[in-house]
Amino acid sequence: MIRCVTWFAAMLFALPALAHKASDAYLTLERDRLSLHGQWDIALRDLDNAIQLDTNGDGDITWGEVRSRRSDIAAYALSRLQVSSAGERCALSPTEQLIDTHTDGTYAVIRFAGTCPQGGPTLALDYRLFEGLDPQHRGLLNFVEGAVSRSVVFSADAPHRIVGGDSGGWWSQFTTYANEGIWHIWTGFDHILFLLSLLLPAVLVRSRGIWLAGPSFRDSFIDVAKVVTAFTVAHSITLTLAALSIVALPSRWVESGIALSVVLAALNNLFPVVANGRWMAAFGFGLLHGFGFAGALQDLGLPTGSLALSLAAFNLGVESGQLAIVLVFLPLAFALRSTWTYRRLVFAGGSVAIAAIASVWLVERAFDVPLLDALAAVR
Amino acid sequence: MRNWRILLCVAALATLANSATGAPHVPEDDAVVLERLPEKGDPALAQLKRMRAELTRNPRNLERALAVARNALDAARTLGDPRFLGQAQAALAPWWLPEDVPAPALLLRATLKQSQHDFGGSINDLDRLLAAQPSFAQARLTRATVLGVVGRYADARRDCAALAGRSAAIVVAACDATPASLSGNSLDAYETLLRALEHPGGDADVREWALTLLAEIAARRSDATAADRHFRAALALDPRDAYLKGAYADFLLDQNRARDVVPLLRSDERNDGLLLRLALAEQRLPDESVSFARHKEDLAARFDAARRRGDSVHRREEARFRLAIEHDDRGALALARANWSVQREPADLRILLEAAQSAGDAETVKVATDWIAANRMEDVTRLVRAERTQ
Repeated sequence: MIRCVTWFAAMLFALPALAHKASDAYLTLERDRLSLHGQWDIALRDLDNAIQLDTNGDGDITWGEVRSRRSDIAAYALSRLQVSSAGERCALSPTEQLIDTHTDGTYAVIRFAGTCPQGGPTLALDYRLFEGLDPQHRGLLNFVEGAVSRSVVFSADAPHRIVGGDSGGWWSQFTTYANEGIWHIWTGFDHILFLLSLLLPAVLVRSRGIWLAGPSFRDSFIDVAKVVTAFTVAHSITLTLAALSIVALPSRWVESGIALSVVLAALNNLFPVVANGRWMAAFGFGLLHGFGFAGALQDLGLPTGSLALSLAAFNLGVESGQLAIVLVFLPLAFALRSTWTYRRLVFAGGSVAIAAIASVWLVERAFDVPLLDALAAVR
Repeated sequence: MRNWRILLCVAALATLANSATGAPHVPEDDAVVLERLPEKGDPALAQLKRMRAELTRNPRNLERALAVARNALDAARTLGDPRFLGQAQAALAPWWLPEDVPAPALLLRATLKQSQHDFGGSINDLDRLLAAQPSFAQARLTRATVLGVVGRYADARRDCAALAGRSAAIVVAACDATPASLSGNSLDAYETLLRALEHPGGDADVREWALTLLAEIAARRSDATAADRHFRAALALDPRDAYLKGAYADFLLDQNRARDVVPLLRSDERNDGLLLRLALAEQRLPDESVSFARHKEDLAARFDAARRRGDSVHRREEARFRLAIEHDDRGALALARANWSVQREPADLRILLEAAQSAGDAETVKVATDWIAANRMEDVTRLVRAERTQ
């Protein structure tokens, strides 16, 4: 029997040879229409790093220590994972917590369930586990829907991913990327403000240094159409070039340039330099905005199999999102064009506000300083 | 009588194996130890943990951030544990992206980029640093090392030469030894370094480093007796150095001394690179076949895990694993070629050549032999021998 015991001891040490490994967490997410089920395996060692599991500081993490912090562990993890469907956040809540072993040690296993308020072809995921604590951390996601599963890796450089939709063929993929395009222009305030700055004067005419109400809807419409078309053509060109990696610009230049374009467009309303050729400005700066869209598309990750389709869908999404803005703006602006409110408050006041906001962006982006944070800190 | 005992033993083991691995479960007792943290019984790591906690409260404190990054880098190097690299990078986060950062932060950033195999980024940082402070000796030494790793021997030697008069003679000689020995001056490099080591005293870490380089040059020159002597002298100074142990294990494997590798690396299973050498030794030892099978499986799982997270820092080791253990010539060649496009140390050249020969890829063999010829690597005996046996 003694021999058995020594064997025992030898095998105990021999069982799994633990690896030294960079930090990974394993996330499985299953979707069935509006409901989600997930399991998230996170190394105890990494959790200790973030929220101090070794309460008595003896260098050993016991089950007692983990058990007493179960709700903290779940809260810490789940607050760093955002799942959204159709632009709305799905609520996630922990259901169970277990323990498991991986090649490099012991992991907490967090099981959770969730529901999404709205269905959609895709899920947008935002993964921020151990952000700021370990830039080398990776989240390895296995997304399961029906019989299809897909692997995605989250990192500090790529915390945002879109999953789903690629199971339903080209049409669902098309709608996925079109949705993302719409979503990007509606939430990308710099693009909207640029477009608005160019559109604000479209319902007015400038005569001997003052702005007057434009004479006809037709003229205003043509002016808007010229600006929007020029902007669209320009950013489609650069979006395509950048998405296909034919041209690449450093994102800091692009983002600063976009901020500058907004400042100039707004200032041009206050101190007109370009009056009738605004479509040319829309074209020139539109080239820059295209690189900006490409950056957003890169964050989503383009499927290599259907690159052209996804690119076209994303672009069409951007255009239709933009068209929706124009369709709301033009009739309203035209109706209000001869009022004091429009000319002083909306046109002049709006342009001042846009120029001010965009100047802050410009400084932030060009010098890489979070100005608004800094101002908040001074106060 | 004996038989049922063995049976009982096997049954008990099976139960144990089931409970130790496998499905997610709820431990039975609060007292069960689930994880032993690395700082257990290591005061330096416990200190590092306290420093990190302090830094979290004031992340822009440069002095503290530098101390944390330095200690974390040391820990990563000695233990071969990449989680500490993540901690070092986190400490440097406020100074990671901007171009203008204080010199010591830039130096650590470059060192960290090198460890992530971002050699281009590392050299960029060091170029900027040295343009501003040409007399910064540590930066110059680091750049010489990185330039050597990517095979830019002439540039590396220029940096080493610039250290003369600014650093100890042994540092200058050690800096120059590798690039000189790989570009047609191996005997000279060996003798210069040997002379520099004759002066006793000085920093033990530097002596250990110099002895390791000396051993490697001797091994490449096929002077096995001298190589073994230098390796053992270096190990006497630091028996825990993972790089040194790996280099010595490679030498022993080449000398058909697999038996000596096992005790050297038995307690280093956590380190992927060292586990690979251990498995390579066990492969040749019939009585280690059980251990070999387990380690082979472990390594496959670890390389798989690294691939899943998108890591490419282990390509050299994985190519060796595929070629020597899994006998997957094409897979090994693909990895060795991808690795060669990033790093060009003798070990990278060797796996490239060996994989190309096994896979019968004449074009890649030519890439390797052209490189040997272009750099006048007259002393890469093993490589040339390998080439002749083709």
